[in-house]
Amino acid sequence: MSVGLIGKKLGMTRVYNEKGVVQPVTVLHVGGNIVTQVKSVEKEGYSSVQVAYGDQKESRLSKSQQGHLKKAGVTPKSILREFRAEAGDWKAGVAVPPSVFVKGQKVDVMGESKGRGFAGVVKKHGMAGQPETHGSMMHRRNGSIGNRSTPGRIWKNKGMPGHMGTDRVTTQNLEVVQVRDEDGVILVKGAIPGATGSIVIVCEAIKKPKAVVAKK
Amino acid sequence: MNALIEKIESEQFKKEIAPFRVGDTVKVHTRVVEGEKERVQIFEGLVIGRKGRGLNSQFTVRRISYGQGVERVFPLHSPRIEKIQVEKRGDVRRAKLYYLRGIKGRDAINVKELGKKTKKK
Repeated sequence: MSVGLIGKKLGMTRVYNEKGVVQPVTVLHVGGNIVTQVKSVEKEGYSSVQVAYGDQKESRLSKSQQGHLKKAGVTPKSILREFRAEAGDWKAGVAVPPSVFVKGQKVDVMGESKGRGFAGVVKKHGMAGQPETHGSMMHRRNGSIGNRSTPGRIWKNKGMPGHMGTDRVTTQNLEVVQVRDEDGVILVKGAIPGATGSIVIVCEAIKKPKAVVAKK
Repeated sequence: MNALIEKIESEQFKKEIAPFRVGDTVKVHTRVVEGEKERVQIFEGLVIGRKGRGLNSQFTVRRISYGQGVERVFPLHSPRIEKIQVEKRGDVRRAKLYYLRGIKGRDAINVKELGKKTKKK
């Protein structure tokens, strides 16, 4: 894996590609990513690159966070995240530009899905529900939840009502449509979990790391 | 809307779009790619609706082809549309001319022309 980016979902729009075909894209702000620490096998036992994103007031950070960023020579940032990657040329204080990704590459995007609160089984698990009329008094209930004395208990993972949303969701293999270093923005084809303004993590697609290489 | 998204969209807007309205008869020049070659195809018909705003605007053109009604929806800012030529200006009192779909015969394409007086039928 290589170094990814932390970003913010700005919203969706459409882009015409060179063939004139419309592509739905999500615009992600990924400007201002900066390396804060490089971990190595010798010192920490594994190699990774820690990246920071999102300007923050210094007073909002704890003393230990302030010290960590000061050591890296980085202005106060709110979000830190590690990417398992070899150190290579990365050093603390080096900016990670949006162009670590190239056009046509496949990426995975992680985000937090929108919260739905306490949801019923029809919304949460896609159950069909029951008749609305003809004397039915059982409209969106969960119905039977199991058998009788065999097995005498409820199966694990039985779909029941409860809290839905605010889960960490990964959308895999999204194509990078545009990389705009000057705006600090990348455009990714398709939808991404979470609300506009939420924080997302963009990294190389684990299942298709060589998609671009194959294209060229 | 976010300023950056607006910027991305405004880059894709067409510089010049012939002003046309619902009820006008237009010729839409579209680029068609056939294998290696690219050529321009013309679709002529009556604009029966415009919808969406900004980059998402679309318009619907209806024509009667060999007695069969044909409608095509074009994205206004698509790079595949070379130009839109207004042939006739129509004078209509509705934003969407969907009622034409149910009409057969001559009336199906006859829309009053702008500035011309037509006899009441």
